[in-house]
Amino acid sequence: MKTLLKNTVAASAIAMSASVALADGKVVVYHWFEYMPQELVDKFTAETGIDVVMDTYDSNESMLASLKAGGIGTYDVSVPGDYMVKILANEGLLGTIAEGELANKGNIEAQWLDVDFDPGRKHSIPYQWGSTAFAVNRDVYQGDINTTDILFNPPAELRGKVNMLDSQGEVLAMASLHLGIPQCSTDRAQLKALDAMLQEAKTYWASFNSDTAKEVLVAGDAAAGMIYNGFSAKAREEGANVEYAFPKQGYIAWMDNVVLLKDAPNRDNALKFMDFLLDPENVATLTNWTQYSAGVKGVASLLDDALRTLPEANPPADAGPATFIEVCSEETQAIYDKIWTNVKK
Amino acid sequence: MAAQAESGGATTDTYKEARTWLLMPAWLVLLVLSLAPVSMILIYSFLTKEFRGGVIWEFSLASYDQFFFDRGLFGDEAPQIEWTYITIFWRSIWQAGAATILSLIIGFPTAYFIATRSEKVRPIWVFLVTIPYWVNLLIRTVSMKFLLRDQGPLNDFLLSIGLIDSPIHIVNTNFAVQLGLFYSYLPFMVLPIYASVERYNFALSEAAADLYATKWVTLRRILLPAVKPGVIAGCILVFVPSLGSFLAPDLLGGAKNFMIGSLIEEQFKGNAGNWPFGAAASMILLTMVLIILIVFARRQAKAEKREG
Repeated sequence: MKTLLKNTVAASAIAMSASVALADGKVVVYHWFEYMPQELVDKFTAETGIDVVMDTYDSNESMLASLKAGGIGTYDVSVPGDYMVKILANEGLLGTIAEGELANKGNIEAQWLDVDFDPGRKHSIPYQWGSTAFAVNRDVYQGDINTTDILFNPPAELRGKVNMLDSQGEVLAMASLHLGIPQCSTDRAQLKALDAMLQEAKTYWASFNSDTAKEVLVAGDAAAGMIYNGFSAKAREEGANVEYAFPKQGYIAWMDNVVLLKDAPNRDNALKFMDFLLDPENVATLTNWTQYSAGVKGVASLLDDALRTLPEANPPADAGPATFIEVCSEETQAIYDKIWTNVKK
Repeated sequence: MAAQAESGGATTDTYKEARTWLLMPAWLVLLVLSLAPVSMILIYSFLTKEFRGGVIWEFSLASYDQFFFDRGLFGDEAPQIEWTYITIFWRSIWQAGAATILSLIIGFPTAYFIATRSEKVRPIWVFLVTIPYWVNLLIRTVSMKFLLRDQGPLNDFLLSIGLIDSPIHIVNTNFAVQLGLFYSYLPFMVLPIYASVERYNFALSEAAADLYATKWVTLRRILLPAVKPGVIAGCILVFVPSLGSFLAPDLLGGAKNFMIGSLIEEQFKGNAGNWPFGAAASMILLTMVLIILIVFARRQAKAEKREG
């Protein structure tokens, strides 16, 4: 019995050391296409001796599909958008990070620590984030723009000159902020009010364009337009006199997050990789490269001057809250689909 | 006609043994590229939708119900006729019809002009008509928007010569959509009409003139009936793709209102997709087009019988 026990211990010790040796080898990352600079990957390998093996995808949905079709157990981490973190968690595809496993977890900025899509950050850490609101041509309108009235009840100068994103999620989330009602509301009176408000608002809109949201502002087809903050900055760089608004009712945020996947074959290395991406110096390198925003403390002072002072990436103190687009239940979504069809019928 | 059929029969007999094999590619195209996809759409339209795209393999009439019956925002009111999708279909038909008429008005004289040039230069003219269509449709449509916009070259030009005082607003209107569709599909109108006018015996026009027919009467009673198959083919070739197009409505019309094409596209993309409903809308569109084509074909056959 004793020898048997001894042998088992020895065997498992060998097995464990073998798995440690294997783990020292690599971390398998499933990442967006061109979303991490090579210098950062090299730095991680130089610091830890862990090789980074990377596969890429081009949409949250295709990532979900390939994880469901056998990617689990192959990949250690992936980088889903906010709503997709929740979907992955609901599908049971995420591993859980115990308290204290990430040395740098304290670096996460307070506002991104307890997010709706991952309360308490049990599965994920922030990667990069940005916002969606709207930009206004200041040659056409000089008044206060930090209100969602610009889109849904525009001043006379902007009527008939508003471009909206051709995206149900973003338009209906912004409309909910405008009315001060929760997303995915099931309250009949609120939903009817939302439907009625949009029916009136659409008479002020010129077009629905997502891909050309920047171009219509630069060319002057639209004098105000719903837009992603990065697009708005580019429109300004291209010479349009546009200002990006952070409405007091709130604005829409998106955030990509590094998640630990279920059954990660190199779990320890995955955690090291996540810790590495919570280090302000590394995050600054990343952010300077992507030109989005970081969700980690101590990054601001390390950013390029242009990015640090970029008005589109730095909400003023009196800006409304950043709100993520919520994932509605099937029954609720059916009503929102109908409202959207009513907008465009 | 009869002689043609006979000689056709003789030719097939020559290849009698090999006929089955020789027809394989045609059968394959018909089965794999036409019948199979349409049957798939038909089957999908009767399935239950899966949330976030996809289908559940359970029979359901929900998609057709959604298309024809309105049960209010929350789906619990007494069913009424749903006008939303009928309006969308009607809008598309109207736009496609306007684009077809526009193409006919411009395309017919163009085709006539080309067909009446000397045989040497005709290919050059045909070539010129097709050149713009070597460029991708998306790029042509975007370019059109650049030309037409309020601060675009067209308005700049009209302003500079003093014809107008303020820019004409064209982009994001229905007219812009019709213009875009017209430009996208113009060669499909010109080429079939050109083919029939080219075969037309101009001695007939001369004979009509000798018999004191006015030019208008010659056009209406002699030329048009003779080239009618080309005109009908051209109209169908412009009308049908216009009906399903979503590029011009999105880019030039500002995507403010759904067209059949964009309505169907919306059902297959993103999180809010509804595949069975998209399939049902496609089937309804297909049925509609089929009915229009059958009516056309019947009338054509009748007319030919009468003349023949």
